[in-house]
Amino acid sequence: MLANLGYGTLIITFLVSIYGAVAAYIGARKNQPSWVDSARNAMLLTFPLLTITALSIIYLLISGHYEVQYVTEVSSSSMPIYLRVTALWGGQAGSLIFWSWLMSAFASAVTLRKWDRDREFLPWVILISLVTLAFFLILSIFVENPFVSFWQSATGNITTAMFQPAGTTLYLPQDGNGLNPLLRHPGMIFHPPMLYLGFVSFVIPYAFAMAALITGRTDDRWIRITRRWTLVAWLFLSLGLLLGGRWAYDVLGWGGYWGWDPVEIAAFMPWLTGTAFLHSVIIQEKRGMLKQWNMLLIILTYDLVIFGTFLTRSGVLSSVHAFAQSAIGPLFFAFIGLTFVASLSLLSRRWNDLKSGVQMTSWFSREALFLLNNLLFVGIFVVCFWGVIFPVISEALGIVGQKMPALAGVFTGQKVTVGPPYYERATGPLFAGLLLLMGIAPLSAWNYSTRKTLGNAIWKPSVASLVVVAVLWITGTRSWPALVGFGLCALVTFVTLYEFWRAAWARHKTHEENLLQALWNLAGKNRRRYGGYIIHLGVVLMALGIIGIELFQTETQGTIPQGGHISLGQYTVQFDSLSVFDTADGRNVARAVVSVYKNGKYVGELHPRRDYYYESQQPMTIAGVRSNMEDDLYVILVDWQPLSTTGATFKIYHNPLVNWLWLGGFVFILGTLVAAWPDKEPEMVVLRKAVPATINPRLDHVD
Amino acid sequence: MLIKKNLFAIIFTLLFALLVVGVVAAQQPTPSDDQVNAIAKQLYCPVCENIPLDVCPTTACAQWRELIRQKLADGWGEQQIKDYFVQQYGARVLGTPPPKGINWLVYLVPPVAILAGIYVLYHAFRSWRHPAQQVNPPSSIPGPSAEVDPAQDEYIKRLEDEVHKR
Repeated sequence: MLANLGYGTLIITFLVSIYGAVAAYIGARKNQPSWVDSARNAMLLTFPLLTITALSIIYLLISGHYEVQYVTEVSSSSMPIYLRVTALWGGQAGSLIFWSWLMSAFASAVTLRKWDRDREFLPWVILISLVTLAFFLILSIFVENPFVSFWQSATGNITTAMFQPAGTTLYLPQDGNGLNPLLRHPGMIFHPPMLYLGFVSFVIPYAFAMAALITGRTDDRWIRITRRWTLVAWLFLSLGLLLGGRWAYDVLGWGGYWGWDPVEIAAFMPWLTGTAFLHSVIIQEKRGMLKQWNMLLIILTYDLVIFGTFLTRSGVLSSVHAFAQSAIGPLFFAFIGLTFVASLSLLSRRWNDLKSGVQMTSWFSREALFLLNNLLFVGIFVVCFWGVIFPVISEALGIVGQKMPALAGVFTGQKVTVGPPYYERATGPLFAGLLLLMGIAPLSAWNYSTRKTLGNAIWKPSVASLVVVAVLWITGTRSWPALVGFGLCALVTFVTLYEFWRAAWARHKTHEENLLQALWNLAGKNRRRYGGYIIHLGVVLMALGIIGIELFQTETQGTIPQGGHISLGQYTVQFDSLSVFDTADGRNVARAVVSVYKNGKYVGELHPRRDYYYESQQPMTIAGVRSNMEDDLYVILVDWQPLSTTGATFKIYHNPLVNWLWLGGFVFILGTLVAAWPDKEPEMVVLRKAVPATINPRLDHVD
Repeated sequence: MLIKKNLFAIIFTLLFALLVVGVVAAQQPTPSDDQVNAIAKQLYCPVCENIPLDVCPTTACAQWRELIRQKLADGWGEQQIKDYFVQQYGARVLGTPPPKGINWLVYLVPPVAILAGIYVLYHAFRSWRHPAQQVNPPSSIPGPSAEVDPAQDEYIKRLEDEVHKR
C-alpha cells in the first residue's frame, strides 16, 4: 500500500517535472509570466512530492516491509533504527531517490530567491533543473524502482514486479539481508549525503550558466548570483571527500585514507574542476576575463557530477564500490553525451559575445598565477580522467586487434589496472606546483605585479621556509620529496600568516582596534579572501598529514603466540588475548587485546577485531588505533587460530602525522564556511564590487 | 692407540658437523609476512579489482599470498614472481599497465595534454599582453603623410587610446 503511494508520487513528480520544464520553455519563448509562474510552482511542488516518496521508503525500511525488494536488500530486523533510516542511501535504488530529493530541494530553494533583477534567467534555470531531475526520476521509475516487491507463483517461483502479476501472491521473506557492513559506520552515514549535496548543488551554477548563454546575458551576473551556491556545493563535496577518506581509514583496514579507487576519483574530478572554477570566476569578477573558460569549466563540472554518479551506478568500472552496480549505464551515457553536446553548442553560439578585450599586463599578476592554478587543477583532472577510463578504452580497443591481426600486438584488448602508483607519480608534482602557487599568489596583485614587486614580497618567506628545510635536514630528514613538500608547506604558512598579520596590523593602526578585533573585523569585511586563506592553511595541514603517511608510513606483519610481540620502529605490540563471540545484532566477533609499548614503556591497550556478519556473510576489519598528533599506530587482526585462540597474525602500520590530515580537514571546512557565510547587505557588496577593477590598482589589491 | 682413537673422534665430529651444515643449508628459511607483502603490495588481486594483494581480505587472496611465500621459499626472485602472476592472470595484476602497445597512451596523454595547456596559456598570455599589436599590426599604422579621412581619424584615435591604456 505504502509502496504504491511512494511509486505513485514518484510518477506524479516525473509528470510535474516534465510539465514544469515545458511550461518554463513556453513562458520564456513567448515571454508569458503566467507560464513561468506555473513552471515555478511545478518546481516547488516536486520537493513535497519527493519528500513523500522518500518518507515512504524510510517507513518501509523502519517497519520491516521485507516484501519490498529494496528493504530486503539493505535492511534487517537486527539493525538499529538509525541505520534503517540511512539505508535509504545504502543501495542503488534508494540513493537515486535520495539524489532526486536533494536536487528538488536545492532547485526549489533557488526558485524562492529574489528574482526582481534577473527574471529572464528564472525559466531557464527551472528548465535545466527540471530536465536533470526528470532524468534521475526516469532512472528510478523505469530502471531502479525502489518499490518493486516479491511475488510468489503457485509453483513456488519468486519474481519481482511493481504490480501483482497474474496468479501470484505477495511473498514476505522473514528477514532482510542487512546493510553492507562496510556502510555501518558514521563516516558512511554522512559521506553519501554530503557527496550528493555537493553533486546536486553544482547543478545550480550550471543552470545559471546555461540561462546566461541562452538569454545572451554574458556579463558576470550569473557568476555573482551563483557565487555562494558554488561555494556551498564545493563545501559539501569537500566534506563528502573528507568523510569518505576517514571512512576508508577506519573501515577498509588497509591503513590508508585514499586508494585511488575509480569511485573515489569519480567524486574527486568534479571537485578538481569546481576548484579551478572557484578560482577562475574571481578573475572574471575582477578583470572581466576568461568568460569562455568559466563556461567550459562549469559545463565540465556538471557533466562530471553526472559522470561521477554514472561511474558509481553503471558498473562500467569495477571497484570496491561494486555494491552499487546495475545496468543503467547506457542511460547515463546518453544523458551525459546529450547535455555535453547541447551545452557546448550553446557556448559556441555565444563564443564571440564572451570574448573580453581586457589586457593582461604582467606575467606575475594575480590573474596570471590563477591561470596557472587552473592549468594545474585541470592537469590533475586529466590524469584522473584518463586513468579512470583507460582500462575501459584499452579493453574496448581489443576489437581493433581482433579485426586487424597485424595490430594485435598493439591492441591486445587486455584489461589493465591503473592503480595508485600511476596517480601518485603523475599528480605528485602537480600538487607540489599548486602548493607553490598557494605560496606565491597571495603576494601578487591584480593587474600590476611585476617580477620585481613579487620578488621583493616573497624573498623573506622563501628564506624562512629554506631555514625550515635546513632544520629538517640537520635533524635527519633525508627524503627529498618530503623536504620539498615541507618547504612548500612552510612557504604557504609564512605567506598566509604574513597576509593576516599585515592586514590586521594596518587595521589596528588605523582603527585603534586590538589585533584580535582587527583580525575578526577583517575576516568579516572580506570573507571570501580571508576564508580562502584559512582554506589554504587547512590545505597545508592536510599536506603535512599526506606527506607523513605517504612518505614515512612503515608496516610489518607477523604471527605471534599469546604473550609474544612484534616490533615496528619505536613501538612493540604484545599479543595478550583473543576472544571470539556472537553478538545480538548478528555478528561473530573476534577481538584481540594487545598491549602497546613505546621505547619499552607501556602506553596503552588496543582492541583490533574482525566482525563477521552472518546475514550478509561479509567480514569487516576494525583496526585498533593509538592516535595522537605525532602518529597513529594502526593494528589489524589479520588472522587467528580458530580452535586454540593462542596464536594470531597482526598487521601493524605506523602512520606519522596522519592526524594533521583530519585537523586540516576541519580548518578547510571552517575556511569554506567563512567564505560562504552570507553577507549582511549582499546587494551593496555587489554594487561596490561592480566598480571597474582598473580604476585603482592599489584598491584592487586590497580585495 | 690414543691418537688413533682421537683421530676417529675428530673425523666423526667433522663428518657430523658437515652433515648438520648441509641439512641446514638445504632448508630455506620460511619467508616472512613482510617479505611476502613487499611483493603482494605491488600486485592487484585478479578477482577483487583495485585492491592490492597485501591487504585484500578474501580467501582467494590469502591463497595467492601463500603462493608468493611458496615461490619465495623456492628461491624465486621478485620479478620472476610478478612475471608469473602476469602470465597466469594477465597484465591487470600489475599496479600500472606495462609500457607496451596501446598502453603507452596511458603515460603519454596526460603530459601531452598538460604541455598543450602550457602552450595555449603561453599564447593566450602573449595575446593578452599585446592585443593591439595582434589586432592592428604596426605595419598597418598609417604614416604622417597618409591622406586623412574621417574614418581614418577615428581609427587613429582608437589606436592612440589603446596605446594610452597600455
